[in-house]
Amino acid sequence: MSVDLKEMLIKPASSEETEGRQPRPSAAAWLSRYGAYLALALLVLFNLAFTPHFATMQTFSVNLAQICTIVIVGVGMTLVIATGGIDLSVGSLMAIAGAIAPGFFTGYYFPSAPPYLNIALSIAVPIAVAGLFGLFNGWLVAGFRIQPIIATLVLFIAGRGIAQVWTNGDLQVFKMPAFQAIALGHVLGVPLQIWIMLAVVILAAWVLRRTVFGRQVLAVGGNEAAARLSGVPVGRVKCLVYVASGLCSGVAGLIVIAMNSAADANLIGMGTELDAIAAVAVGGTLLSGGRATTTGTLVGALIIQLVRYTLLANGVPDSAALIAKAALIVIAVWLQRQERA
Amino acid sequence: MASHPLLSMQAIDKRFGVVPALRASFLEVEEGEVMALIGENGAGKSTMIKVLNGFCQKDAGEITFDGRPWQAASPQEAQRNGISTIFQEINLIPFRTITENIYLGRELKHRGGFLAWRRMHEGARRLLEAFGVDIDVGAPLGQFSTAIQQMVAIARAISFEAKLVIMDESTSSLDEQEVQVLFQTIRRLKAQGVAVVFVSHKLDELYAVCDRVTVMRDGKTVAVASMAEMDKLRLVATMLGRDLAEVRRQGATAFSEAARPPGAELLSVDSIAVSPKVKEASVSVRAGEIVGLAGLLGSGRTETARAIFGAEPHQAGRISFEGKPQHFADPRQAIAAGLGFCSEDRKHEGIIPRMSVRENMTLALLPALARSGIVNEREQRRIVLRFIKDIGIKCASAEQPIRELSGGNQQKVLLARWLCMNPKLLILDEPTRGIDVGATSEIQKLVRRLANDGLGVLMISSEIEEILEGADRIFILRDGRTVGQMSRADASEATLMAAMAHGSGDAAPHGGEH
Repeated sequence: MSVDLKEMLIKPASSEETEGRQPRPSAAAWLSRYGAYLALALLVLFNLAFTPHFATMQTFSVNLAQICTIVIVGVGMTLVIATGGIDLSVGSLMAIAGAIAPGFFTGYYFPSAPPYLNIALSIAVPIAVAGLFGLFNGWLVAGFRIQPIIATLVLFIAGRGIAQVWTNGDLQVFKMPAFQAIALGHVLGVPLQIWIMLAVVILAAWVLRRTVFGRQVLAVGGNEAAARLSGVPVGRVKCLVYVASGLCSGVAGLIVIAMNSAADANLIGMGTELDAIAAVAVGGTLLSGGRATTTGTLVGALIIQLVRYTLLANGVPDSAALIAKAALIVIAVWLQRQERA
Repeated sequence: MASHPLLSMQAIDKRFGVVPALRASFLEVEEGEVMALIGENGAGKSTMIKVLNGFCQKDAGEITFDGRPWQAASPQEAQRNGISTIFQEINLIPFRTITENIYLGRELKHRGGFLAWRRMHEGARRLLEAFGVDIDVGAPLGQFSTAIQQMVAIARAISFEAKLVIMDESTSSLDEQEVQVLFQTIRRLKAQGVAVVFVSHKLDELYAVCDRVTVMRDGKTVAVASMAEMDKLRLVATMLGRDLAEVRRQGATAFSEAARPPGAELLSVDSIAVSPKVKEASVSVRAGEIVGLAGLLGSGRTETARAIFGAEPHQAGRISFEGKPQHFADPRQAIAAGLGFCSEDRKHEGIIPRMSVRENMTLALLPALARSGIVNEREQRRIVLRFIKDIGIKCASAEQPIRELSGGNQQKVLLARWLCMNPKLLILDEPTRGIDVGATSEIQKLVRRLANDGLGVLMISSEIEEILEGADRIFILRDGRTVGQMSRADASEATLMAAMAHGSGDAAPHGGEH
């Protein structure tokens, strides 16, 4: 009887589906998947009815600009969460990208290079560096099988330190319209950063939906063992989602400094990881992996922002708005649990 | 039959949404009786059990237990009132000790509220001794085999002074020896006057331990008989709702179509070792041949198969495929060479539950379906629809999530996952485990058809009949070594069992040194 103890241990009890029919999709399941869209529609309707000057271009731009960086980071986060992981380092990677960039367009690194080249480098290099740090995250997660929350904690802590060391902790103030156009420029009357955000959301949605990589991301999150046995390159897929998350953080970091005309390594991206995770959760992506929607993440961020805006516009203090934000997250997570049950 | 059975469920109706799961079904169990409850997947036996133990509530009907009307709001309440259920999946806490698991929720305490550890350990030890299990009750449960864990679950159930114990597929994770221990336990319970409702797909087990059988089909109770009056074929026929003569003609498994002479050698595995269990396993498969890999649980069958597929590293020995030496570092390389592998653990290593039938089926094929990384969805849909039709997968549409399908249909999707790759060798680990009789025979037929078309198949099965009737050749593993090889003609239940148990196969082609 005791001969096969080890054997039995590594063999999970084979569990078969219970008989009887599968329950029909419940209301909670429906809400978990599409509730975010419904909530957004209700919020917009409410504001149209009760908030003065809601249906203006200004309100539209202000609200979207508020969530731009959260959504861009959130898209990368959506991919990571789709594989069942999490990326805590995004805020710190934003700080690194934001800290590196000014040295290029101010001509500090390459004084003799032509200005347009320096501007191009100030965009390309920080994003690439953030991507490389993302690769480091992926290497820890995929290569050493370290739990994502611990693996990315490394750069969550060290990343901001690196950014501060790079700038000696100094605030870099600048005025560089050609660079700052990524945040402040307008196309068709809409700030460029909003276009960038939409492009990132749509590109990621397309990748998830139509490409082999996207489907493999969801397969890894849905059942890693099955994916591995079906020949999915699990390690590579995991690594790449962290790279994508790093790249998104780099873009977001640049937008932050462009908006502020200043780069402060202590503050760029502070707390963004949590806002991004909140947007992902409210948007209907499963935190356990296997189902992801980047448009949902956009909608999730919009809901959180609109609730805050609605409360502020109607005379509720910001402190109360924080509590409302927490309540939203609780509801979203509760809905996800209902679906699984 | 006594005038007052211990349990009487009469005219039970239960619907899930609009779908009726139970229609006027009934179940009666006498005191100290072991009642088999059988039926295909979807016949309603699990629902019947759930209605009884309070997992869900009946829509109509009457239940009396121990002379009183019975109503349980939850399995916990049912347990307190004398009906304990031992579920397929053991729901105990692996990190806690056996004692803690047994006393969970009703810990013995000293005056003052401190836990009375010594008394609890003593109680747990005595309880388990009664079942012939002598182990360290202070060790974490997770250290022990599934069988022991099962035993602990039963001990816990009994310690609630149960008058009726329900065992739902309790044997599906036990090896033969452990099943015997479980049967002794059941007989002991019976001697104490405890009644048992025993659910199992394995017919042999029913005959070994049950007094009577209740057969369900399509949500209705279709037969109740003593095991002695019901021979195996009649039982199968009743379950399937088929003509007895037809079943007799087809045999117990569906491999019966004649095998063609096999082709050239496809796979040759020579004395591989896979740490820690496989020491010297040798197997070969020819094109168009079904090779059975037999052995008891723990003999290293699955590990050998996984090593061939590159899912586990092997430390010694040689593998060659299509005449070339191969050492697959991961499943990707094996797949590229033309292998496929269906795991025994469909839920944890097979399906991706949230994904559709289409996505699950083409998971391995995806890279081949894409140009510059973009999936050609038209081609994908075309292939998926073809396989759904070809191998008869019952699903609402290709977009239905695979978790909503029955076990048999899930397995067909997983088979199709490999078939659409056009493999040369398919490794099937327990291809029909937990699948109802109808789907089992369809899958067996399909495997034979594929082999006749030239596919090499390496099949692991714990079902002796499946190996005997399905395989053209059989390799027998015992304790990590290949101890024998038999051809279909030489193999019989007796010789195969003897080889599995004692390692005395007809021939020992590779293992002469033992």
